[in-house]
Amino acid sequence: MSAIASGARGLSAAPWFTSLVTVILLVVMLGIGGAAYPGFLSMQVGFNLLIDNAFLLVVAIGMGFVILSGGIDLSVGAVLALSTMLTAWLLQNAHWHPAAVILAVLLLGAMFGGAMGLIIHLFKLQPFIVTLAGMFLARGLCYLVSVESITIDQPFFVAVSQTQIPFLGGFLSPGAVIALVALLLAVWLAHFTAFGRAVYAVGGNEQSAAMMGLNVGATRVGVYALSGLCAALGGVLFSFYMLSGYGLHGQGLELDAIAAVVIGGTLLSGGYGYIAGALSGVLVLGAIQTLIAFDGTLSSWWTKIVIGGLLFVFCVVQRIMGGRAK
Amino acid sequence: MTALSGSTQPVLEVTGIHKQFPGVKALADAGLRLYPGEVHTLMGQNGAGKSTLIKVLTGVYQPDGGSIVLDGQAIRPRSTQEAQALGISTVYQEVNLCPNLSVAENIFIGRYPRRFGMVDWRAMRRQAAELLQRLQVGIDVGKPLATYPLAIQQMVAIARALHTDARVLILDEPTSSLDEAEVQTLFGVLRRLRAEGMAILFVTHFLEQTYAISDRITVMRNGEREGEYACAGLSRLALVNKMIGAPADADEDGTEAQAGEEREQGEVFLRARGIARKGALQPVDLALHRGELLGLAGLLGSGRTETARLLFGADRADAGSVEVEGRRVRLANPRDAIAQGIGFCSEDRKHEGAILPLSVRENMILALQARQGIWRAIPMRRQQQLASDYVKWLGIKTASIETPIGSLSGGNQQKVLLARWLATEPGLLILDEPTRGIDVRAKQEIMDYVSALCRKGMSILFISSELPEVLRVSDRMLVMRDRQACGAYRRGELDETSVLGAIAGESAGEGNKDTAKDTAKEGA
Amino acid sequence: MNTRVDPGLTKPEGAVAPAAWRSLLLQHPLLRPAAALLVLLVLDALLVPGFFRLEIKDGHLYGPLVDILNRAAPLMLAALGMTLVIATRGIDISVGAVVALSGTVAAMLIGGTMVVNNGVPEYVANTPMGTALAAAFGVALLCGLWNGVLVAGIKLQPIVATLILMVAGRGLAQLLTDGQIVTVYYQPYFFLGSGYLFGLPFALYVVAAVLAATLLLVKKTALGLFIQAVGINPVAARLAGLRTATLIVFVYVFCSACAGLAGLLVTSNIKSADANNAGLLLELDAILAVTLGGTSLAGGKFSLAGSMIGALIIQTLTWTIYSLGVPPEVNMVVKAVVVFIVCISQSGEFRALLKRRSA
Repeated sequence: MSAIASGARGLSAAPWFTSLVTVILLVVMLGIGGAAYPGFLSMQVGFNLLIDNAFLLVVAIGMGFVILSGGIDLSVGAVLALSTMLTAWLLQNAHWHPAAVILAVLLLGAMFGGAMGLIIHLFKLQPFIVTLAGMFLARGLCYLVSVESITIDQPFFVAVSQTQIPFLGGFLSPGAVIALVALLLAVWLAHFTAFGRAVYAVGGNEQSAAMMGLNVGATRVGVYALSGLCAALGGVLFSFYMLSGYGLHGQGLELDAIAAVVIGGTLLSGGYGYIAGALSGVLVLGAIQTLIAFDGTLSSWWTKIVIGGLLFVFCVVQRIMGGRAK
Repeated sequence: MTALSGSTQPVLEVTGIHKQFPGVKALADAGLRLYPGEVHTLMGQNGAGKSTLIKVLTGVYQPDGGSIVLDGQAIRPRSTQEAQALGISTVYQEVNLCPNLSVAENIFIGRYPRRFGMVDWRAMRRQAAELLQRLQVGIDVGKPLATYPLAIQQMVAIARALHTDARVLILDEPTSSLDEAEVQTLFGVLRRLRAEGMAILFVTHFLEQTYAISDRITVMRNGEREGEYACAGLSRLALVNKMIGAPADADEDGTEAQAGEEREQGEVFLRARGIARKGALQPVDLALHRGELLGLAGLLGSGRTETARLLFGADRADAGSVEVEGRRVRLANPRDAIAQGIGFCSEDRKHEGAILPLSVRENMILALQARQGIWRAIPMRRQQQLASDYVKWLGIKTASIETPIGSLSGGNQQKVLLARWLATEPGLLILDEPTRGIDVRAKQEIMDYVSALCRKGMSILFISSELPEVLRVSDRMLVMRDRQACGAYRRGELDETSVLGAIAGESAGEGNKDTAKDTAKEGA
Repeated sequence: MNTRVDPGLTKPEGAVAPAAWRSLLLQHPLLRPAAALLVLLVLDALLVPGFFRLEIKDGHLYGPLVDILNRAAPLMLAALGMTLVIATRGIDISVGAVVALSGTVAAMLIGGTMVVNNGVPEYVANTPMGTALAAAFGVALLCGLWNGVLVAGIKLQPIVATLILMVAGRGLAQLLTDGQIVTVYYQPYFFLGSGYLFGLPFALYVVAAVLAATLLLVKKTALGLFIQAVGINPVAARLAGLRTATLIVFVYVFCSACAGLAGLLVTSNIKSADANNAGLLLELDAILAVTLGGTSLAGGKFSLAGSMIGALIIQTLTWTIYSLGVPPEVNMVVKAVVVFIVCISQSGEFRALLKRRSA
């Protein structure tokens, strides 16, 4: 009996446990969907999931790093909107070259995030209030550029928005491919670079990390800069997808990103979880939405409630396991 | 003086360290000498200054005066990173590693082996396993640190220290959470390191462990270095005496140790039978009569505070029962205990007692108000009257009753907290180290007041590390050692030597035998 | 260390010398928010013609000041509830969702169907208004209980616990209305948010009543002291015999109750329930109002009056920006800058920096 108990404890203490639970959940959901609705289990349905949520995946990657380091970033939705707005404006009104636009927007996103990280570190403020203010600032700046939406009809962007990349019998959008590449890069960053390991260390025990000589401040600034970069990249992908820049884009996106990261198996307290969990989390969220759409009888508003419920279950489970581990 | 390894130069020489905090002098002329190839134990009760001295050595605090010389060079570490870079590595009780990362990674944080600029996991795991082999620990270095018990985590911390080419290895209370077998494993590692010439500073309050591993001992008391001794020549009794016994120059106090009037005792107010808590306390019986002062003596870690917390409901007992005035009661939380007329002054004033930004008045009436509930607020006039009265009776030095308690000195804060419990007019007042870190005058005032309370019929459970103090005021005394009760004494039997012996775990007779042998040796 | 004197909790005794009065005034924790509000009002007086003009129209008071107060009512209520939560070192980001939910429940229950009475078309409520209001309020209380149990019982971090309701609560409101705006036609319901009593908007009376009740509760009972103790040092509070878990549940219930009331005011004001937009970003405004009012996010001492002033500052700011013809989006930028300034100036690091400079 005690062997089983200690085995279970060892299993649940493994860092990949919560991520495994998510993958199992995803498989179960796909199974239910496939059994209940014909046509649910087609490859393209899965690819569409990725195409429609490519921007969310990228944002969730950035959010994942922040949460791993023990913080939180409530500004990502607003930064995404700002990126779409700047992209549209620079393309349509300033007539910059698309490459320059994308580069500039990514750089600005990283600087915005980095500035927030700097304030959080220098003044030892709580991340949620600083990023909350950042959210206000970014959305406000967005509307300052333009109150109405700006449609993008620049040929490169239009072409990208319509491209279909053949893949395994179906097709993916360039946005989805970029998101997957970003995910691979992120996994490499988290696992094979000193920065990535420092993020985990700071999230696991910030005091110990400092005592072991890690530069906690640089890690913090870096992590929020990365989140800002990801939000900006998400904005670029969103511009491909929607072909417009608008202040109302990405409303509530931060909550979706946090939900994706938590459901993907990362502990909100920091230090535990995998960046790849962002993918499974986004897929679960997308699957919920798809299931509800396929059902037809359930109103789409159930999505939010189900996500809230899932979030609750995952948080409670994480809390119970965290309590036992200590 | 030659150390056991034969070298004559200390690798670390600390002299004359002073450290003052607002209202508290933590260190006054503290110091020690550490030689290579020895295990040197730093001993002393809480408040003696051990942890402050360690924090000075590791760069957490900057001393107000004194010198630290490492390998002949004067150093002044300003941060933990700097201390580490200089060669002073510390392993803490809480290990201070990142539990979510793997064992290998914890050893190499900040200094990863690289391949093409990327972290080379294979090399890291290999080197980590090699380092741990040196300590004869063979574990899977790829698993997260949290999956291993604390004993192994400490080995990992030591391995990390070795990797940084430490000159001095400090172990700060490493054994508090280890079981016997784990302690032996740790000592095996320390002996191997000692043989390799490492200078090890070992901080502990456990007597047996000190004698098992130490070459030399420095005793600290009241922020000063009381003395430096070779372990072999110091009996347990002598050591305990130096830590908590009567100070050598206090002859007058010594003779008065048994003075103090006989108090009349009433019937039993509280009786505890076999109360215990897994991992914290073995079953303990005790009884308190009305108007009696029961002293609880023993070294740190002997289970005194654990007993007190069980009686107050701050922790829940796994076994045993408590009766108050003959009725069986359930003490599941502090509210239950307060309702039964029990009060508790915690030993950790700062974190468990004082609510620093609130005023003296608010801190004083808090427990009384809590008992009355939210709706029956104590009228402001009565609050002010109560506060002023206690300020007067206890001699509290404060600008006004509205001053935040945080700006008062330690002694005055303690008096305010005492007033908090006195205001509830308890039948039993538990005082855990009420005079620690307080100036002599305030100490005396508090002790006098406490005695007066007993005369009025209050029962008091008095915990203190200062033995003379406890001896002077107690009607009866319970001695604890290793988380269980090991002796009970009545007023007539209260004799410092025998109590010290019980605490030390040896009788006075044995101690005398050893010193007799030494005297014989010296004479020859 | 600042000797903070909360005028409600302590009374300085006897006569105080004039110099002491001045220092008392300057050190008063309400000074900064009150000064900020004053600056805003002065700015308005200069920039907006007729800012302080009050006139009687249709039997009630009318003018920019009244307008600001009326619009500020829901925020003031939310800030009131948020103050107590923040004082216990917690946070509640679900108040916006609760506003949407309670307003939706009330609107749907009351609705209003047309009935012809003696040839005169009239609207009657689908459910008696009293019942509907009670139901909406009850839903809000349940939300607060949910948050409280999550924080005090399961010991989730407050931001995590209230995040769940923030996501699910609004979803529930949207589900109930199917994302559509629910219009209320029942006249008497409008009185809450758009009615006037003795010339002043009824909403103000609601706010005043809740403020008075809260002040009474906090000062005349031991609640204020207990909340501060729990927020500053929960361990010491428990050892002193306080019911820390019950207190924490209470503040979250109270916060949601205030949000529920605010939701009723909002729907009655705009005569409809918009589950998508009602209370959007209200939690952020409420947190900002509390921080502006001087209560620290780290918990402990709090100021209800300060939060009221903070809410008025935010509302005046919004109104000023709107009246000056500045695009309302600038509002968000200004709010962000204010939050940064306030938080940085409150931080210990900043104070230490100032001390080092002046030394």
